[in-house]
Parts: sequence; structure tokens; C-alpha cells
Amino acid sequence: MSEEKAAQSGPGRGYLEEKGWRSWAYTLDHKRIGVMYLFTTLFFFLLGGVFGMLIRLELLTPGPTFFSDQTYNEMFTMHGSMMIFLFIIPGIPSGLGNFLIPLMIGARDVAFPRLNLASYWLFIMGIIVILFSLAHPMDTGWTFYTPYSAKTAASVTVLSFGIFLVGMSSILTGLNFIVTIHQLRATGMSWLRMPLFIWSMYATSIIQVVATPVIGMTFILLAMERLFGIGLFDPDKGGDPLLFQHFFWFYSHPVVYVMILPAMGAISEIIPTFSRKPIFGYKAIAYSSIAIALAGFLVWGHHMFVAGMSVYADVIFSILTFSVAIPTGVKVFNWIATLYKGSISLDSPMLYALTFIFLFIVGGLTGPFLGSLATDVHLTDTYFVVAHFHYTMMGGTVMGLFAGLHYWFPKLTGRMLDERPAKTAWAIIVVGFNITFFTMFITGMQGMPRRFAEYPEKYQAGNVISSIGAAILAFGILVMFYNYVRCMFRGAPAPADPWRGKTLEWTVPSPPPTENFETIPTVTGWPYSYGGKGDGDA
Amino acid sequence: MKDYQIYVSVWAALLVLTLVTWQVSYIDLGLANAAVALVIASFKASLVALFFMHLRQESRLVWGFAVFPLVILSLIIFGTLSDTLFR
Amino acid sequence: MPDEGGKVETAHADAGLAYESSKLGIWIFLGTEVLLFGGLFLAYAVFRIKYPELFHRDHLELNRTLGTVNTVVLICSSLSVAAGITAIRNGKADVLKKSLVVTLLLGATFLAIKYFEWSEDFAHGIYPGTDVFFSLYFMMAGVHGFHVLCGLLVMAWLLVQAGRGRFSAEYSTPVELTGIYWHFVDLVWIYLYPMFYLIG
Repeated sequence: MSEEKAAQSGPGRGYLEEKGWRSWAYTLDHKRIGVMYLFTTLFFFLLGGVFGMLIRLELLTPGPTFFSDQTYNEMFTMHGSMMIFLFIIPGIPSGLGNFLIPLMIGARDVAFPRLNLASYWLFIMGIIVILFSLAHPMDTGWTFYTPYSAKTAASVTVLSFGIFLVGMSSILTGLNFIVTIHQLRATGMSWLRMPLFIWSMYATSIIQVVATPVIGMTFILLAMERLFGIGLFDPDKGGDPLLFQHFFWFYSHPVVYVMILPAMGAISEIIPTFSRKPIFGYKAIAYSSIAIALAGFLVWGHHMFVAGMSVYADVIFSILTFSVAIPTGVKVFNWIATLYKGSISLDSPMLYALTFIFLFIVGGLTGPFLGSLATDVHLTDTYFVVAHFHYTMMGGTVMGLFAGLHYWFPKLTGRMLDERPAKTAWAIIVVGFNITFFTMFITGMQGMPRRFAEYPEKYQAGNVISSIGAAILAFGILVMFYNYVRCMFRGAPAPADPWRGKTLEWTVPSPPPTENFETIPTVTGWPYSYGGKGDGDA
Repeated sequence: MKDYQIYVSVWAALLVLTLVTWQVSYIDLGLANAAVALVIASFKASLVALFFMHLRQESRLVWGFAVFPLVILSLIIFGTLSDTLFR
Repeated sequence: MPDEGGKVETAHADAGLAYESSKLGIWIFLGTEVLLFGGLFLAYAVFRIKYPELFHRDHLELNRTLGTVNTVVLICSSLSVAAGITAIRNGKADVLKKSLVVTLLLGATFLAIKYFEWSEDFAHGIYPGTDVFFSLYFMMAGVHGFHVLCGLLVMAWLLVQAGRGRFSAEYSTPVELTGIYWHFVDLVWIYLYPMFYLIG
């Protein structure tokens, strides 16, 4: 390489060296596949965000102003389904997970690289099929409840097929990760020396593998209902519409832990690095990931308290729901204990990580209100629920993703992010987010129902505040993405370990070379050896 | 050769059990019909898993991944029945 | 957990590790299959308890003899697959090819019998959607039949590969994985058979 060229390309290009679309489309490199997932999912994050903004625009006024009711229904369905199926479920696991798992456990790639590429292209095929369904846009909400979804003129059948493909991709990725984590850890990396991100990805993969097939069958049955009228969900034919909800939530509740667990994993890496302290309660955090994954399978019924389920089931599911709070609380307390007396530096990843903890506590603590039968009757289908899951999903998962993106950006691209715009964006996002969604707790408790284009005038003040907050939030996100794009090309070259982290991915150059490690490292201790009290193998 | 002998005996057992469950279905035992049929089916399924699928010789890890989905399956069935049975 | 991790350097370096990984992979995949069918088993349980008379009346409409014959056919195909795997483990590629042909024929027989059964059902005015029992029957038998079909396609591919001499005593992973999958498909049928033909 000529000197001039070397100066142009800045740092060593590592796995990014090879150019041309073929080198990406046919790549078996887990890092490139991870990056492709990140680009795809972030694109749908922005697109879903546009629909979110359009919802907020319409809700500025009580009556229909900009869109018809039908268009509004289609838009909140787009917002929900894109954010859930195309962004938040595959985002961290398939994006950051693919990139990081082999690097963190000291492997050259995942266990089945071809299967990994196949997962990605299945995902893309699923997206293409879903785009076809836009011919008659969906208006069912992202939950596709029968009997409406069996009757609407929207292309539910096409969409079912698309989501089935996306689900298959998710299953194969989870399968690949489980085998990778079991079989390909470097010498000396026992289970209790794995980074906590790996633990959380393992728990996530378990959920993906066992829960996703159920939603696959749900969508097959929904499509068959529309094609042949099989009537399993149709009371006229002896079917049971609630059965659909059982099917749906048996997947869709565990899957919220597919969304949040990887974010918790990222936070567990970032907190000790920027506190310069060993993680507090390693085992507790590790096992609580598994506990959350398992408890997540026991609580799906809490989405159906007012749907007409038996009282007996209501009570069981309500009690079980509270069990999820225990491992979640364990994690939060351990993060806070890690911060205690640490020498904390507030770089942008840490700012997002701390925001995660704060917003997730708010989101988490509003959960029990919905899990309690009595309060749930009042709060169901109000904006309180919308606020609750935006605090956990956006305030939790998305902040975790942002934290992770800021933290691993140097490793992904070989360049540093500009700290100043990153922090500015962070401040705007935090302000905008809280204005938008905290207000919704209040309008929700006042009784503002979700999923309606129109509402009584008394809720207008709250809705206007939320919409203003949403505009601020959107602006902050644009600043953040501008910073990403600019620094991808113009950022200062990144050293191998800019944050002085201890996990294995920081031992290789940024960006990492194609096969990750020149020689596979031998691991002799845990990855949080920052010295001081509590250091050493868990 | 030993493998073949095992396979043939398992195969024969499966055929016999199929014959039994088929014939029993013509006798009216009330509720016991369902129980007998499912017990025989489970027994046959175990034979297939243990011998044909070599679960017998697999590691604990594989056993774990073979049994875990069944636990989850029973969860979804009992969880849903806790609603539909008492509605 | 006493696992010390780190079995080898790379994914590709050690054939033994690749084999172990693939086997773990196929078992996890079967786990997902259990839950894919699991949704239907759940629906069956719910409606069977809700409508015992309907299930009893309807199941008499199905052809019990053909159902039994199909069970026997699948059990035999499982035997031939198992025999083929043992053969290739001992390096006998020609026995593997024969057993694959036998399996393909038996699998095709299964599907042919299903085809006749379904034609007969249609002729009697029984369709998916006739009532809950028949919806479940067509869905479960249909999803199962689709798995049989996929299995047959993979077997055909294995036969071509075996013809090119790709499998030996040292390398037979695809054959083994397909075998495990095929036995699983058989196992599902072992449950479907009594659920629909015998106890309804």
C-alpha cells in the first residue's frame, strides 16, 4: 500500500478492507454480517420513527386533521410492526451479537458461518415479502388480533408469510449463537469467565429458539384462517378467538426479553469499564439473565387480563408476573453497586448506560401496576401502557443499543466518534424522550385510550406536550445519526482499546482483522480485572 | 452387526406396539382408550428417540436440549388450559 | 459448572468438533420443531377437551386402516435410515445408497397414501374448515406431510452426493443429521396417529 493511500484510508481497514458489494453479499465473516444487520435494522428504526412522528402529528388535535382514521390505523400498525419485527428484535442480537460474540469468546467466527449468512438473507427476503403487503397496508395493530385480522381487507396473509421468514431467520441466528457459545470458547474461558454480554446473548438465544416457532405456527394458522376458513379462532365455527391471543403472547411476551436482555448485557460491559471497577455480583447478573429468560415463559397471560380469560388464570398469571421483577431488580442493584465508589468517567457510552438504568427503572416499576389485576382494569389500553413499554423498550433497549453503538463504534469502524456532538445528542434525546413519554403516563391515567386517531378534548394538552417532546427526541436522534455517519468516514483513527476495556474484543486492532485473532488467546481470568476489592474470578 | 440387531428389535417392537394400539382402539374402554393410546405412543416415541436417534449415547448437553422444549411445551399447554378449562 | 471451555482453535480445524457442533445444532433445531408442532398440539388439547362428542363422531370418518398402514410405512422407513447410517459409519457407501432409495420409496408411499386419504375426504365433503376437528386434522397432517416432503428432498440430495462418493466412514455428518430429522418426523406421526385415527 502506498503511503498516500495508507494516509487516506486512515487506520488499518481490517475486516473492512475488501471492497465491492459481492464481498458483502457473499461474506461469511460474522463481523460483516453483523454490520449488515445493523444497517438494515437501523434503517427500519428511522423509518418506524417517521411513522411514530406522523402519529404524534395527527394527535396534536382531538379530531381528524391530517389523516383519515383508516390511514392513522395503518400508520400505528406500521410503526409498531416495523419497530418490533424489523428493528428491535433483530437489532442488538443479530447486529451487535453477531459482531461481538466470536470476538468476545475468542473464536474466529460463529459455529455455522454459512447458516449465519443464510439467516441474514432470509431476514431480507422476509422484509421484501412484508413490503409486498404494503399494497393493502395493515390496519390491525402489531398484535394482529383475530377476529379482525381474519376479516380485514389488508394483506394479512402476505404479511404472515413475511414475518414467518423473519422468524426463521431469528431462530437460525439463535441456534447458531447457542452452539457457538457452547463449542467455540477459547482455551481457559470457562462459563464463569465469559463476559456478561455473552451470558445475556445466550439467554436471548434460548428464548429465540423456543418461543419463535410458536409465533410461526400462529401466523400459519392465521393465514390458513384467511385462505381456507379453518375456524380455529372463529367462534362461529366453534373456535376460540382468545386462543390466538394465547399463541401470540406466548411468543410476544418472552420476546420482550429478547429485546431487553442483550441491552442489559451491553450495559453490564459498559458500567464496569467506565467505573474502572470489577463488576459487582457477576454470578448474580449472569444467572439472572437465565432466570429472566425462563420466567419470561410463565407470564404471557398478563396481556389478557381484560380479554375474558378465566379468573383462575388471571390470578396465576398476575402472581407469576411479579416473579420477573426479582431477577430484573438483581441486575439493577448490581449495576448500581458497581458504580459505588468507582472512578466514573462520563463518556458518551456511559451517559447512555446511566440513562438506560434510570429510564429502565421507571419503565420497570410501572410494570407492576399493569401486572396487578385491579389497577390493570383501569390502565389497560390507555396511554399508560404505551408509556410503560416505551420506557422499557425505547428507554431500555434502544438506549442500551445506543450505549453499545457508542461503546463499540471504534471497534466496528476503526474510528472514534466525536464526543461533543454525541453528548449534545444525548442531552436532547433524554429531554425529548421524557417529555414525550412521561406525559403519557399522566394522560393514560386520566383515561386517554391508545390506538385512536381521535380523542376527547380534555386530553389535548397532554398530547400536545407529548408531540413537542417527540419532535425534540427526533431532532436528537438525527444529530446522533449525523455524528455516526460523519465519524464513519472522518473520525479520528481508533486505537485497539480506546476505553481501556478488558474483554477480548479490545485485544485485537480496530477494526479487527478478518479472522479476528492471529493466534487464539488463552484466557486466564475473568474479563473485569480492574483491580481493587472484588476482583478475580467469580 | 450389533447395531443392526438393535435396530431390527426396536423396529419389531414398534410394529407390535402399533398393532396393539390399533386393535385396542376397537374396544370401548371409555376414557382409558385415550390414556392407553397416548401411553403406547409415548413409549414408541421414546424407543425412536433413544435408539434410532441415538439419544442413549448423547451427552448431557444434548439431553438438555432434547428435554427443555418439552418442558416449554407443557408450560404453554397447561398455562392455556388454566384459562380454557375454568372460563 | 466444571466446563473449562476452549476445545480447539478454530471452527474448521477439528472435524470432531464440527461434528459435535452440527449434532447439537440439529437437536436445537428439533427443539424448535417441537414448539412449531406444539402450537397445534395445544389447539388439539383445548378443543378435544371442549368438544369430546364432536371429536368422537368425526374421527370415525377417518380411514383407520390407511392410518395404520402409514404408521407402519414410516416405522419401516426409520429402520432403513438407521441401517443406512450404520452402513456408512462402517464405510459401506453402496448399502447407504440402497437404504436411501428404500427410504425415498417408503416416504413417497406415505405421501401417496395421504393423497388418497385426502381425496376420499374431499369426495365425502370433508374439508379444512368443515369443523374444528377436521381443521386440526388437515393442519397437523399437512404440516407433518410438508416435513416428510422436505425430508424426501434432502434424501434425494443425499443420494446424489452419495453417488459422487462424498460420504465415507470418516465423513457422514449430513447423513446423520438428516437421519435424526427423519426419525423426528416419524416420532411426530407416532403421536398424530392415535390422536386422530384412534381416540378422537
